[in-house]
Amino acid sequence: MVLDSKIPEGPLAEKWSKHKFNLKLVNPANKRKYTVIVVGTGLAGASAAASLAELGYNVKAFCYQDSARRAHSIAAQGGINAAKNYRNDGDSVYRLFYDTVKGGDYRAREANVHRLAEVSVDIIDQCVAQGVPFAREYGGLLDNRSFGGAQVSRTFYARGQTGQQLLLGAYSALNRQIHEGKVKMYNRHEMLDLVVADGKAQGIVTRNLLTGEVETFAGHAVLLCTGGYGNVFYLSTNAMGCNTTAIWRSYKKGAFFGNPCFTQIHPTCIPVTGDHQSKLTLMSESLRNDGRVWVPKTREMAERLRKGEIKVSDIKEEDRDYFLERKYPSFGNLVPRDVASRNAKEAADDGRGVGASGKAVFLDFAESIQRLGRAAVEAKYGNLFDMYYQITDENPYEMPMRIYPAVHYTMGGLWVDYNLMTTIPGLYCLGEANFSDHGANRLGASALMQGLADGYFVIPYTVGDYLATIGPKPVDNSHPAFAQAKKDTQDRINKFLSMKGTKTVDEYHRDLGHIMWEYCGMARNEAGLAKAKQMIRELREDFWKNAIVLGENEEMNMSLEKAGRVADFLELAELMVDDARERKESCGGHFREESQTEEGEAKRDDENFAYVSAWEYKGDDAAAELHKEQLIFENVKLTQRSYK
Amino acid sequence: MSSFTKAFSSTLGKKLIMSLTGLFLSLFLIIHLLGNLQLFKHDGGKAFNEYSYFMTHFAPIKIISYLLYLSIVLHAVYALVITIGNGKARKVKYAVYKGSANSSWSSRNMGILGTVLLVFIVSHMSNFWAEYHWGGLPYAKYEMSLTNPEDVKVTNIPYEGKPLVHSEYVDTQAGTQVVVAKDLYILVMELFKKEWYVALYVISMIAMGFHLYHGFQSGFQTLGWDHKKYKPIIDVLGLWVFGIIIPAVFAAMPLYVYFFK
Amino acid sequence: MSGNMNLTLNVWRQKNVADKGRFVTYKADDISPDMSFLEMLDVVNERLVKKGEDPIHFDHDCREGICGMCSLYINGRPHGPKRGITTCQLHMRSFHDGETITIEPWRAEAFPVIKDLATDRTAFDRIQEAGGFVSVNTGGIPDANEIPIPKVIADEAFNSATCIQCGACVAACKNASAALFVSAKISQLALLPQGQPERYRRVQAMVAQMDAEGFGSCTNTGACEIECPKGISLTNINRMRRDYFTAKFFKEEEIN
Repeated sequence: MVLDSKIPEGPLAEKWSKHKFNLKLVNPANKRKYTVIVVGTGLAGASAAASLAELGYNVKAFCYQDSARRAHSIAAQGGINAAKNYRNDGDSVYRLFYDTVKGGDYRAREANVHRLAEVSVDIIDQCVAQGVPFAREYGGLLDNRSFGGAQVSRTFYARGQTGQQLLLGAYSALNRQIHEGKVKMYNRHEMLDLVVADGKAQGIVTRNLLTGEVETFAGHAVLLCTGGYGNVFYLSTNAMGCNTTAIWRSYKKGAFFGNPCFTQIHPTCIPVTGDHQSKLTLMSESLRNDGRVWVPKTREMAERLRKGEIKVSDIKEEDRDYFLERKYPSFGNLVPRDVASRNAKEAADDGRGVGASGKAVFLDFAESIQRLGRAAVEAKYGNLFDMYYQITDENPYEMPMRIYPAVHYTMGGLWVDYNLMTTIPGLYCLGEANFSDHGANRLGASALMQGLADGYFVIPYTVGDYLATIGPKPVDNSHPAFAQAKKDTQDRINKFLSMKGTKTVDEYHRDLGHIMWEYCGMARNEAGLAKAKQMIRELREDFWKNAIVLGENEEMNMSLEKAGRVADFLELAELMVDDARERKESCGGHFREESQTEEGEAKRDDENFAYVSAWEYKGDDAAAELHKEQLIFENVKLTQRSYK
Repeated sequence: MSSFTKAFSSTLGKKLIMSLTGLFLSLFLIIHLLGNLQLFKHDGGKAFNEYSYFMTHFAPIKIISYLLYLSIVLHAVYALVITIGNGKARKVKYAVYKGSANSSWSSRNMGILGTVLLVFIVSHMSNFWAEYHWGGLPYAKYEMSLTNPEDVKVTNIPYEGKPLVHSEYVDTQAGTQVVVAKDLYILVMELFKKEWYVALYVISMIAMGFHLYHGFQSGFQTLGWDHKKYKPIIDVLGLWVFGIIIPAVFAAMPLYVYFFK
Repeated sequence: MSGNMNLTLNVWRQKNVADKGRFVTYKADDISPDMSFLEMLDVVNERLVKKGEDPIHFDHDCREGICGMCSLYINGRPHGPKRGITTCQLHMRSFHDGETITIEPWRAEAFPVIKDLATDRTAFDRIQEAGGFVSVNTGGIPDANEIPIPKVIADEAFNSATCIQCGACVAACKNASAALFVSAKISQLALLPQGQPERYRRVQAMVAQMDAEGFGSCTNTGACEIECPKGISLTNINRMRRDYFTAKFFKEEEIN
């Protein structure tokens, strides 16, 4: 199979407009004859479901949570980028495009990213019209801030909960369509398989999480908006329920998986306190604007500190190593996420980490408090300091915060073409679940932008083209593929329920997380990846032999839900390792120790790796096949990042 | 259903009835209190009895008094309806409930306080209001010197099976203003000398204080009247005037009579 | 580990909606004060699973206090003893060694128990479906800065919009009233210019749905405001009443 990205011809800035014209339209009277299935109700899913229903399509929307509003987009804190140039500070669609391509370390498609930047402007208008209460200035106009080291102020925000406010906007639009009868909402339904009939995606198999009922639903197209797979690391900033099942099952039905190894590790998270820890809490990156990152200069001192023999205040200024300021004098503590994260891990691996576990570095505000005054620091970061205090029981006004990197976002996901269609006709993938717009590293405040761009302004056009092509012929679940998929799902459930081993599913998940974090985390090397692959296989085999799954299918059953998700993570992990192994360059969040500059910085290899890796499933016992989509850069010049 | 019946049958509308009747009753309390202050006068009950006559015979006041009875009934009936509805909204109760952590005692016990008040109002009305109307009270004749208003002569006229006519006239021969009025005052004095009645009265006034401490400001909230600048005034009024001063002055009357008359 | 606690849990267990349910006592030994309340339950559950016993079911997802999925009525209070946080943000250091902790589900007829501590809160979704939106389609929208909104109004709307739909207000209220939740949703849009065209339709539709779901009457005890993890204020409830009475008594357009 040859990958066709369907990138339109013509100058970059005109591609999307021209493409919109070239897409086929569905006759307004025919739209109600189509059914579209939307899985996931985060920013991408809710906005897509609402927009498609507004156009007249019948939509069936699914989420595993008890309410569409609880999808994990809700937790995004920082903001959403848009090239409005309200600040008159030189922003433009082109600059947002450029920053995003560069930020992604040149591993994203130019055309997709440019479209993203173009529609970013409309997103803000849309959200304001829905009643999203963005921050405003006294003059009544929208406020902006600079975010994630951007040179312009283009980030719109709603205090520390932009994600919740945007999602509530999309959720309200979705509610309106549910009220109108155009969307049928299925909450507490988890998609467990994709139905491919006659070579097209035609439906899904779900399990009702309350009754256990396994059902099939048919539609003319299926949209997967199911978010990222960061939970493969067990500990991440994702919600507990975030999983890979929908996209992984689709991968196994023929959708290619793009850049699975591209993972973003966020540097400012609250460190792990023990094995009981279930999730990691992110603190806004903005903290690095005024906090200074350091560890003790010597291992001995770090060890005495960890043991409690000395206090932080006993460490003299000259015995502290402000390693980011030392190594990157011009950017200092504000280096990009991946650089900050990697350096923190290096310090910890060097035995100079702090906190009881040694898996943390200090983020110190003492100097800022002295310079700006406590009140000023409180005004800026008060809520974050409170949150930190709440979780750690340590007062960050008096002692330095402890931070450590945590898995935050997965740039990889199902491979999609310019229309957001996967390699299975009729199967689309939107938002974090697809691989598209962020390349090897996502910039701050870009995830919300992409989710909403895909849902509000891309899919309503592109899905119409496909629907017009296949025609409004009724679909139902009478095709044998439905019965087969349903049976496979039931068999799988029964298999899980028969597992009466000795080890809990959580224990397997935790073990998998350790492997991934250690060998396929911030820094990766050939030997480690080879070892990880072996360990994952062994763990997976053991899982199917020794895991315990309790209860019955016909009830709410946390054990069973978790087992299915972890089983899929155990497979995905191996593909991530394969991908990381195959990409023998460093780029963005993917750091191969073999590919670094003399100063120890990430070294890209554009000659050999300027492509998207798209993996094709070849069976459980066969190796996945790698397809390469070459990335062609006609507008930006590839440069090596440097933050010295 | 008309818009109004729909509005009044909603959870918000039922509470609107509680609020309107409650606030109306609170307002009445002020009038009632001012009238009852006549009890403290040393005039053998003249002013008090005149006031009683006025309250029961002046047409506009009579209309208001019927509204008042209606308010009491509506307030009690709707309280019951709302309480039953709220009970249905949570059939299984909590095993451990720590209401004190998040709300005032009086706000959680309006029903009990209201029941105490209802019992009080019923006994109060049967003791005084019903007696006054149909109970065959004695009469009092006040002869006040026209030259010296301080000089009042009181003659008690026992009830003899048939009510007298309330009359006010000037006796030019004696040089006095004469008032013949139903003597509610003497009934008040009698009852306020009884320990059990004084106790009931004082307890009820304490209940009223707690009831109004929550109820007065709550009534305004239910109307949707809420303003950063004015709400504190209502809260202060609710606590000091309706929660403390009014009940305290009412309670002072039986105590004063019991201990000092 | 030193400093760890031994606790006794009194947990509501109920197999499904039809089951009557009962309290079951569990020992939760060796609990680190650094654990969150839900992590403590995770530990208890893992131990139960190892013994082949059905784990305690509860709703949870983001574990950072924003998705609104976690609930739990802990020792007589929704989201436990501390103010301004959800159960997932509650840490075990708020309890002491040897303590007995009673854990119940949210209790309200409108929130039926699904299993153990998990309840069905879709009543909240239905209330919003009835009118909690601005009827604008995607696209064709004027520029976001076309209508200036005074900062105080925008901030106030934001304060109402911080509601995470957890249902602690209903759980805390002695009447199981949903007034705080519904009014927060109504207020957000009633304050903003974008919400004006449907302001009086919305309040009537949402209040009617709230009543149809079987929530109790608000008696202004203020418990909801105190227990709300996001500090939603009672002012919202009063604003809802104002709009509702205005709609019902003074507006000609009538809904429900």
